[in-house]
Amino acid sequence: MMQTSKTQTTNFFAGAWTFLALVLGVLGFHQASAQEESAKVSRRVTLPPQTEKIDKAIEASWQDAGIRPSAVEEDLKWCRRVFLDVIGRIPSFDEMSVFMKDKSPDRKLNLLRRLLDEDQYTEEYANHWSTIWANILIGRNGGMEERSLTNRQGMQKYLRDSFANNKPYNTMVHELVTATGSTKPGAENFNGATNFLAMKVNEENAVQATAAVSKIFLGLQVQCTQCHNHPFNQWKQQKFWEFNAFFRQTRALRRFVRGTDDIDHIELINEDFAGEGSHPEKAEIYYTLRNGIAKVAYPVFVDGTAIGKSGYVSEVNRRSELGNLMMESDFLDKTIVNRMWAHFLGYGFTKPIDDLGPHNPVVNIDLFESLAKDFRENSYDLKQLIVWITLSKPYQLSSKMTKDNESDDPSMGELPKFSHFYTRQMTAEQLYASLAIATQANRKGNLEEQQRRREEWMRQFVVAFGTDEGDETTTFNGSIPQGLMMFNGDLIRAAISLEPGTWLNQLSTGKGTPQEKVQFLFIAGLGRKPRPEELTVAAQILAARKGEVGGMLQDMWWAILNSNEFIFNH
Amino acid sequence: MWNRFTTPNGMSRRHFMSHMAGASAMLGTSLSLGHSLRVHADTLKKNRKSCILLWMGGGPSTMDIWDLKPGTDNGGPFKAISTSGDVQISEHMPMMAQQMHHMAIVRSMSTREADHNRGRYYMHTGYVPDANVDYPSYGAVVAHELISQRPDLEIPPFVAVGGASEGPGFLGMSWAPFNVTSNGRVRNLEMSVDSDRLNQRRIALETIENSFISQNRGGVLEDHRKVLGKTFDLLTSKQMEAFQVDKEPTDVKERYGTNGFGQGCLLARRLVEAGVAFVEVDLGGWDNHQNIFRTLENDRLPVLDKAMAALTADLQERGLLEDTCIVWMGEFSRTPRINGDAGRDHWARAWSVVVGGGGIKGGQAIGATNDDGTEVVGEPYTSEDVMASVCHALGISLETTFTSRNGRPMKIANSGKLIKGLFA
Repeated sequence: MMQTSKTQTTNFFAGAWTFLALVLGVLGFHQASAQEESAKVSRRVTLPPQTEKIDKAIEASWQDAGIRPSAVEEDLKWCRRVFLDVIGRIPSFDEMSVFMKDKSPDRKLNLLRRLLDEDQYTEEYANHWSTIWANILIGRNGGMEERSLTNRQGMQKYLRDSFANNKPYNTMVHELVTATGSTKPGAENFNGATNFLAMKVNEENAVQATAAVSKIFLGLQVQCTQCHNHPFNQWKQQKFWEFNAFFRQTRALRRFVRGTDDIDHIELINEDFAGEGSHPEKAEIYYTLRNGIAKVAYPVFVDGTAIGKSGYVSEVNRRSELGNLMMESDFLDKTIVNRMWAHFLGYGFTKPIDDLGPHNPVVNIDLFESLAKDFRENSYDLKQLIVWITLSKPYQLSSKMTKDNESDDPSMGELPKFSHFYTRQMTAEQLYASLAIATQANRKGNLEEQQRRREEWMRQFVVAFGTDEGDETTTFNGSIPQGLMMFNGDLIRAAISLEPGTWLNQLSTGKGTPQEKVQFLFIAGLGRKPRPEELTVAAQILAARKGEVGGMLQDMWWAILNSNEFIFNH
Repeated sequence: MWNRFTTPNGMSRRHFMSHMAGASAMLGTSLSLGHSLRVHADTLKKNRKSCILLWMGGGPSTMDIWDLKPGTDNGGPFKAISTSGDVQISEHMPMMAQQMHHMAIVRSMSTREADHNRGRYYMHTGYVPDANVDYPSYGAVVAHELISQRPDLEIPPFVAVGGASEGPGFLGMSWAPFNVTSNGRVRNLEMSVDSDRLNQRRIALETIENSFISQNRGGVLEDHRKVLGKTFDLLTSKQMEAFQVDKEPTDVKERYGTNGFGQGCLLARRLVEAGVAFVEVDLGGWDNHQNIFRTLENDRLPVLDKAMAALTADLQERGLLEDTCIVWMGEFSRTPRINGDAGRDHWARAWSVVVGGGGIKGGQAIGATNDDGTEVVGEPYTSEDVMASVCHALGISLETTFTSRNGRPMKIANSGKLIKGLFA
């Protein structure tokens, strides 16, 4: 049982605006510039050896490419990044103050330790990563389709518990690949990990399980080789079906609500497989070449290791064997390191990140392989990997490009060189959580109700493609529907509400001059003070509102929340 | 400065500015100038080309719809019927059979992408997925090329109805599809403040937005600003009425079919009338690995037949078909061989797409497949060729070249060639 989040009780202001001058001082705005401060501090910082390795390799690659990195970003901006990337939201005013008050040379590491190790963040950390992983494993819409066999709550519960306990990554993968039991929390033999494969094994001879497991955990794109040898892929059709053979003992059984034919949940089981030739002691499968010739396949792992051919579970548990073989594969290590690197740096060592086939170019290959090895040697500890990456030089750089590194733009098709931070949009989940922390909106009801509201809100952005594989995309992608939501949506209306009890109401009726209150809005939303021209606009709007401070604050807050500076991670 | 804060109600700022510019230009001239401007606008409208893509997500079995092989092992149970054109199609497409004189079936499609995601991308862009370049989809390309024909358009030139389409690629997010559901409902359109106040908010927003853009943090920020501008335009545009498909008379709604796809096709016609350059309407559910014939006969084909026939006839009756190109396709087709679950799996090697309108010669089939439907006989055509032919029908030059953000020049439709015989 996880404890209730501290953030629910965190008061965003802590009465701060009555001491605004003091707070601005704490945040470093009245002193030497934050950048000078950070330069002074960084000289004495101790870094993990893996971070030093990253810095050395990336710096060498800049030299080779003849480019120079952008300046190191101000500490407070780095803090915003880390909050967004590690726990999925921007920091509150209080949290920014705590960070800036820490004058130790290791204040960045200290913040990471707080976010990763302290109980008050456990739940947010676990929620953030379980959302990311649920989207990877079952899709954004997984479990929400009509007559779905997936139980999204079950999937998320498993993932939340795994991340809350910092379960080693390899253990998590093994559990997901080999899971048996019921999909639904509360059902007998509940095992939330079963939701990953529940809808991927029964139909089309488990080709979806084959494609998903190889792509998500091993970075091998095999879906095309199901039907034919692919010209751009070293995988051959034979390999696809050999990998597929590992899933053929697995069935998803429907369990009904007693006395009805409504499906209550799914039970994922392993059962004896007779093979397509009805020789269970040597259970083979067949596939057809494009020229119509039928070929036979038995379970063989991607590295060529064959296991026993028996279809009897008591003799050979095929998924168990697969899980064990995957644990030995260095594709396992590389795929997760690539995924995590891309999560924090915006691009991976390969593009796309889940294609590590030999046809796909890799940047900084030595660093990539060495980090993968380090990760294995450090017990697949995701939190350590997070520290290595977030303390590294490339993660600390400004997103402002210079003449010397403008050419480093992966959105133009260049291979990434990580010489500046790549500006990117928040995800819908990050926006939702950030608005919640910045405005105290959507905090009604217990945790479950809050989660249900969040998922309902998320659904408006999901567009399905109409295939059996449940492919989908999101309209939270910087297009007009997103713009309309940010202009007029319920979430924004709640965020700028002046109803009694809302935070904007508290701000508008509290002490302080209108200008101080505007300053507070900018720090809360953007982590910086307003510029002169922004204060001028605020003053003009105040006049147009005939001196009504609340209305002016509403308009300015609306503008801040809609700005690129708010919605982008930069 | 303060006059920027007060514009007439119901007008976007851009709209307001254009009125101001127009007013000063016309000072002291007679009304006849206004008249000739209107004539010019009518001419523009008349030559305005559009495209409607009927996207069949999942990969429809064209062998059971447009290129039947009755009596063969692979043929399945469906019979072929004669049509108003010189082609035969499935017996379960009787209404479309009356419209085939407007449509051409290209029966010699041969592509290589038989995975949904890759196939969808390829058929929408003319390119296979490439890790280094994001190619723009049909809708973005066509909207980008035809936008100058519709200077007064305030709503997005590329609308995707009931599905996702593909993105704008290197053309940038301001060319992204505008996604709506088939009932035309646009979320979050209701303004919570009057237009004076909205304009004030807009100025505050632009002030924050612009200073951040000037800091050289990447092209995505400029795209964000453009999309914001388009969003503001939408909020105040009278043209948004085009989305209100509910306002159509009941008999018209029923003519198209009172289901998502039917209403989506009706919405497409309204949008084309309003000046939208590219509309994609999605009908999913074609990934028929099991029980394909029952699904097609009882479910998919009746929906498709009714809506597609109504759309074709309606465009024709309104004089729009000449300038509106209709394209019917999915990401690929399905295996000629019927599998053990009475279904068909993915097959890209030999299949059909259907095109019509925009000057395309209807009533004919181009190319053919062999007797068991597994191979194309004669010259094979690709996604690039379909795209090139559609561009040609829309009056877009095939010499048009794009430059991707990294400076690589790329010919429109990936240098596809015109499909022989489509144009008289």
